[in-house]
Amino acid sequence: MPRTVPIGLNVNGVRHELNVEPRWLLVDVIREVLGLTGTHIGCEHGVCGTCTVLVNGETARSCLMLAVGADGAEILTVEGLSRGDRLHPLQEAFREAQGLQCGFCTPGMLMLAHELLRDNAAPSEQEIREAISANLCRCTGYQGIVEAVRLAATRLATAAAAS
Amino acid sequence: MATVERRWIGKDVPRLEDPKLLAGRATYTDDVRLPGMLHAAVLRSPHPHARITRIDTSQARALPGVFAVITGEDARELTNPLPAFCAEPVVQYALAVDKVRFVGEAVAAVAAVDRYTAEDAAALIEVEYEPLPVVTDPFEAMKPGAAKLHETLPGNLAFEKTLSFGDVTGDFAAADHVIRRTLRWHRASAQPLETAGAVCRFDPIGQRMDVWSNTNMINFVGWLIANTLKVPASKLNIHPMYVGGSFGSKHVLGKVIGIAGMLAKRSGRAVKFMEDRVDNLLASENLGCDRYYDAELAVSKDGIFTSIRVRVVDDYGAYFQFGHGTHGNALAQVTGPYRIPSFEYTVQCVLTNKCQQGVFRGAGSDAGNFCLERLVDAAARELAIDHVEIRRRNFIQPDRFPFKTPCGNIYDSGDYPAVLDKALDMAGYAELRRMQAEARKQGRYIGIGLATAHQRSVYGPTEFWFWYDSPGLTSVPESVGLGLGPTGEFTVTMFSPFWGNSPETVVAQTVAEEFGIHPYQVTVTHEDSQHGLPGAGPGGSRMTVMLTGAVVGASRKLKDKLARIAAHHFEAAPADITFADGRAMVRGVPDKSMTYGDLGLKAYWFKLDLPPGMESGLEARHTYDHPYLTMPSADRKDLGAFYPMMAHGAHIPVVEVEPATGRVRFLRYIAVHDVGTIVNPKSLRGQITGGITQGIGMALYEESAYDQQGQPLTGSFMDYLLPTALEVPAFEIGHVETPSPFTEYGVKGGGEGGRMIAPAAIAAAVEDALAPFGVRVDEVPLTPERIVNLVEAARR
Repeated sequence: MPRTVPIGLNVNGVRHELNVEPRWLLVDVIREVLGLTGTHIGCEHGVCGTCTVLVNGETARSCLMLAVGADGAEILTVEGLSRGDRLHPLQEAFREAQGLQCGFCTPGMLMLAHELLRDNAAPSEQEIREAISANLCRCTGYQGIVEAVRLAATRLATAAAAS
Repeated sequence: MATVERRWIGKDVPRLEDPKLLAGRATYTDDVRLPGMLHAAVLRSPHPHARITRIDTSQARALPGVFAVITGEDARELTNPLPAFCAEPVVQYALAVDKVRFVGEAVAAVAAVDRYTAEDAAALIEVEYEPLPVVTDPFEAMKPGAAKLHETLPGNLAFEKTLSFGDVTGDFAAADHVIRRTLRWHRASAQPLETAGAVCRFDPIGQRMDVWSNTNMINFVGWLIANTLKVPASKLNIHPMYVGGSFGSKHVLGKVIGIAGMLAKRSGRAVKFMEDRVDNLLASENLGCDRYYDAELAVSKDGIFTSIRVRVVDDYGAYFQFGHGTHGNALAQVTGPYRIPSFEYTVQCVLTNKCQQGVFRGAGSDAGNFCLERLVDAAARELAIDHVEIRRRNFIQPDRFPFKTPCGNIYDSGDYPAVLDKALDMAGYAELRRMQAEARKQGRYIGIGLATAHQRSVYGPTEFWFWYDSPGLTSVPESVGLGLGPTGEFTVTMFSPFWGNSPETVVAQTVAEEFGIHPYQVTVTHEDSQHGLPGAGPGGSRMTVMLTGAVVGASRKLKDKLARIAAHHFEAAPADITFADGRAMVRGVPDKSMTYGDLGLKAYWFKLDLPPGMESGLEARHTYDHPYLTMPSADRKDLGAFYPMMAHGAHIPVVEVEPATGRVRFLRYIAVHDVGTIVNPKSLRGQITGGITQGIGMALYEESAYDQQGQPLTGSFMDYLLPTALEVPAFEIGHVETPSPFTEYGVKGGGEGGRMIAPAAIAAAVEDALAPFGVRVDEVPLTPERIVNLVEAARR
């Protein structure tokens, strides 16, 4: 059997010490080893962005990254957005604006939106479209997603002003 | 039409499906994990046509971690051919037997401890091929002496038929003008972001096969899959999964289930096979039609259409899975929204060395709309009548419904002028034309397209067989179970899976409407096929009609029992019991009321409070059949009503085209749809905007292309281009509601209209933009290369 190497990953705030084969993709470790199946696989060649997660705060296609390359990284997946029974405001906005249909691309879209709103609290429609154009959605025609991100931006700004 | 006050039907209820999807907690097929489960990988043919002379799997079998390796020989032994919805003897197995007929056809498969090991092993399989002559052009394929794909057929022309309705010859002879176009609709692919897959587990002692798969017709195709897997239908259980989009491409999935099922039998373990994207692009069941039209429209000097003649050659690829079903589909609306008394339709279904057609949103009527609307625009141009005006002159008027089309299909209702007017109004049409003229002076090429086209909904199964002399299936039911528990909580059991849209929300809104509760008080679950009731599943834009019908039917049954219990308690007549605001009450006696909780508790656990002879419990099951399906006449001069819930739309895209680069940019996109009574506006909007986006793909980018040697040119998302958020505009969506007289609440289907109308509208817009060059658009997708070539050709 191929040899494994030890790595450490901090995923959604939980520290994992793992032994992985050097060729294993990060997405396979997230899904198969850690059992976090909210991150989906769409194309495995880095185009569709369905598998997008945050690695040290930056969006990354986890199908294009080897797990060993993420050694020591902090990773955020869709499971890390909600708190207990409470959806993240971004997820709530996606629900209200219907920024999803089949839900398969949704975790990746949420990750893109999460990064965008962290870096740009009030993006224009064009900026939102440019950010989410990194990923493919086959159901919505993107309109609901754009509206959801805009709605989330407004909500998060209001919440930030209040606190 | 009197307006009906409804509490929940028509309201923007945020979907029941969403929280688990947003939290990443829905279970899709690839999320299934079973004890000891193995993973499969498939070896595919590099040849478009070849005899398999030898397969050596010894090295693959010897690799540690490999549990089973299968080839066509195993397929022949362990399985029957895949289900096919045609009578022609075109035999297809999940793995190629003896020869391969397209690049990507599955030749062998491996089950191993993980996908990496499975792929290592697949690479160790040695296959020797004897290449055979290749045929990729359907016209070449029909010629005598062409390389033959199937020994079981006389040639590559799998099916040929002409159906004629009304006096076509007379109407053409009497016409002042005959408009003729040869049109080309290339094959595109559904490409849901979740590929097809299956997990199979076989118990050799009990002969029981469990399947977890994203096939979306678990109660329709289960018995066919059982036959393929050679297990008794009663011992096959298909578990419903959350499905990451289908768009028609996951109706059967015999290939993936067959491969996982064989490997489960051979390995004695549960086996998962998920297609990767290359598998899905090259060899799934997701390809749309691939048509060459030679079409004629007979027109009077006043611009009145009098007949249509369509000859279509359809390149099916290597197999004939859904037969000519997509042409039966197209017949439902060949004459579109126009008053055309006769038509003739000739189809030739040709087999070539490419992956087979499956089904893709629109299912043949998408291309049909393109053909008809191109003819209409051509007529407008040749007779110098405005493209809006020529449509107005030919529309079936709102007082003519139900309308019987020349072939016998019924249009239930509609108001096409109202839809068109609304679209023109939203667009500010006159102002748009002024803006276009201004832009032309500045050297900009702006085009305004228009398509007014149909979206048939709620298919009838007769479309699969009325081409033949002998009859076939006549049922496409859908069922639900509706329960009211002892705590007063409502549950609905569905017998078709979530396929990517909003079935749970539709069901909950309907229960809420019927019982006067909030939709979120309804819990919706999905049942496996072994506990199934009749259900044909999603397809042909039927589920909103079928689910509301099934829930209303079950509600009537449940209310009947509730009324008898309440009437017994209040010593009233059951007919005087009404339901609202979470209670049953005696009409006109406000203090005589019981909550659903009280009624539930009585029904389950207070037998002596029930009317004598009534059994305990509160559950109703209802199977809703096609609301309006009639038998084709024996001479096939009348095909009967088979697709009668006729939705309609008008699209006005505004594009700017760069003639030098072939780039098309959307300035605006207006779409007005009439899908009868709307159940959930936001859900419908998503269907329309998502559908139009796929239509933009069809019109401009998406083509599953092969070279002349049969090698696929679009084997990744780098080559097969789906529109991103930057290729599509912010859509302006409007609605007109003409309720169907044949369905509960007047609902029609709305799932396909966006994709079925957009390509025709965009083709018209590009043609309009390039009108100064005299360009004629007869082909989609309009890739940059094709546009540049059109302009170059026109300049010469």
